[in-house]
Amino acid sequence: MYSRAYKAAVGIPPLAWVAGFLLLPYALLFAYSFWQVGAQQVIHRWNLGNYRELFDNPMYLEVLFRSMKIAGAVTAFALLLGYPLAYYLSFRSRRKELLYQLVIVPLWVSYLVRAYSWKTILGSDGVLNTLLQYVHVVRHPVESLLYSPFAVVLTLTHIYTPFAFLPIYASLEHIPRRLVEASEDLGATPARTFLRVILPLSLPGVLAGATFAFVLSLGDFLAPLLLGGPSGIMISNVVVSLFGAAYNWPLGAAISLSMLVLVVVLLSIVQRAERKLSFG
Amino acid sequence: MTVRLRTERPNDSQSRWLPTYAAAVFAFLYLPIVVLIVYSFNGQSVGGFPPRDLTTHWYRVLASDDAMWDSVVNSLEVALAAVALALAFGLPAALALDRVKFPGKQLFRRLVLLPLILPGIITGLSLLMLFVAAGMKLSLLTITLGHGTALISVATTELFAGLQALDRAQEEASLDLGANYWQTFWRVTLPNLRLSIVGAALLIFTLSIDEIAVSFFLIGRSNTLPLEIWSRLRRGMTPEINAVSTLIFGFSLITILVWYRLRVRGRVVAEEIA
Repeated sequence: MYSRAYKAAVGIPPLAWVAGFLLLPYALLFAYSFWQVGAQQVIHRWNLGNYRELFDNPMYLEVLFRSMKIAGAVTAFALLLGYPLAYYLSFRSRRKELLYQLVIVPLWVSYLVRAYSWKTILGSDGVLNTLLQYVHVVRHPVESLLYSPFAVVLTLTHIYTPFAFLPIYASLEHIPRRLVEASEDLGATPARTFLRVILPLSLPGVLAGATFAFVLSLGDFLAPLLLGGPSGIMISNVVVSLFGAAYNWPLGAAISLSMLVLVVVLLSIVQRAERKLSFG
Repeated sequence: MTVRLRTERPNDSQSRWLPTYAAAVFAFLYLPIVVLIVYSFNGQSVGGFPPRDLTTHWYRVLASDDAMWDSVVNSLEVALAAVALALAFGLPAALALDRVKFPGKQLFRRLVLLPLILPGIITGLSLLMLFVAAGMKLSLLTITLGHGTALISVATTELFAGLQALDRAQEEASLDLGANYWQTFWRVTLPNLRLSIVGAALLIFTLSIDEIAVSFFLIGRSNTLPLEIWSRLRRGMTPEINAVSTLIFGFSLITILVWYRLRVRGRVVAEEIA
């Protein structure tokens, strides 16, 4: 139906961009991961050394597992916070459009500054500690609020809850209200209606939100850098230092590539699950 | 006109906890912002609760901070260029995805949308390798290319949604009346997409202004605003950073309200036409 010229015009620019700025860089990442570093230079000798290092050295696996645990915790909390919020906005709120915008607005405040605000809140003489001492829950400031995995999980949950909220809200909005009405007409309690009608129909949104929260927090390096302390280091911090002071681009590339593969695999699994769960 | 369905009555006997819970989540989302704004008036430069000696001193310091404003200008330049780049490539991509059948379409779609979900560090590092291999020096240009690459996905998504909502009949009528594809595109398709394009542009602009993960690896000698803030944070926090962030928050709030107004007006117009 469309002329060759039209197809070329709409097809070639994005394809060129995909090839040049996505595929080519990923190919370079791939290549680098098989090289080595020595004497301040990258040696282009193809070998599996980096990958062997990843599996043999327990430090990398430990950091990776910690990162996945943190990402898992963030995802769980983001869903726990985001789903009820989305449900309230979609089904119970009179001003859902305004409230929707209010959920998004914090996203426009710089990530860095929000993370640093949490530092102020969690510090030894910060908001939270002062409050806890004021109500006599503790007598001395709790040191481990800051510079710990707890601080990282808290901050990342704050950052990524809106990302979980958005697709859940979208899928809840898509549910035809007459289905809910029908369920109630047939005598189901609100809880039953929720469990058997609303929740299953909203699962694609939940999956999308969970994927966003998990992948983005897994690859996050800013919050751990600012608030994690030595016990809160995540896998991306390792990569950042390998490209910085630790100067080992090939090893950094190997880890990055592994993360890329992990994300792509995760996405395919989620997409397949979504297809099975969607009703048409 | 919306009919109030039974399920949307907010005073049902159940779920008194739900509104409270929702309010608590909102409080959680806004706590750091409130803290941020309050502390921008902090008389002392160290943290500590409660803030003492409220003052507008830091806003005055900010006004004469040239390095900060240079980075703001840099950020604006990069953001505008990123918007142009993202739209220039995102529009053909959206058109191709919406209308043209070609082999490997699914793969193409996945690749185009990948930077949306990929952590910024991977996009940033892979592009760093590209620029190093190409012998390019890191600069605002490389940051712009990085932002463009990451944000084309956003443009494609928004424009694709806009195209899907478009009424094909108008285009078909135009073609039937003798216009060719280009004329139809310029005079029928594009004007109808205006709302999507503006919405995408605003979104991309705001995302670019705060972008840090990708920029982190592509920075040359000139800083963008987030990177300037980052380098200051390493030396220690001052409420001046709170001040500039409060201003950004205010600015972004206004941008969102403008976007919202456009959307609402567009929908009202559409409803009046329908």
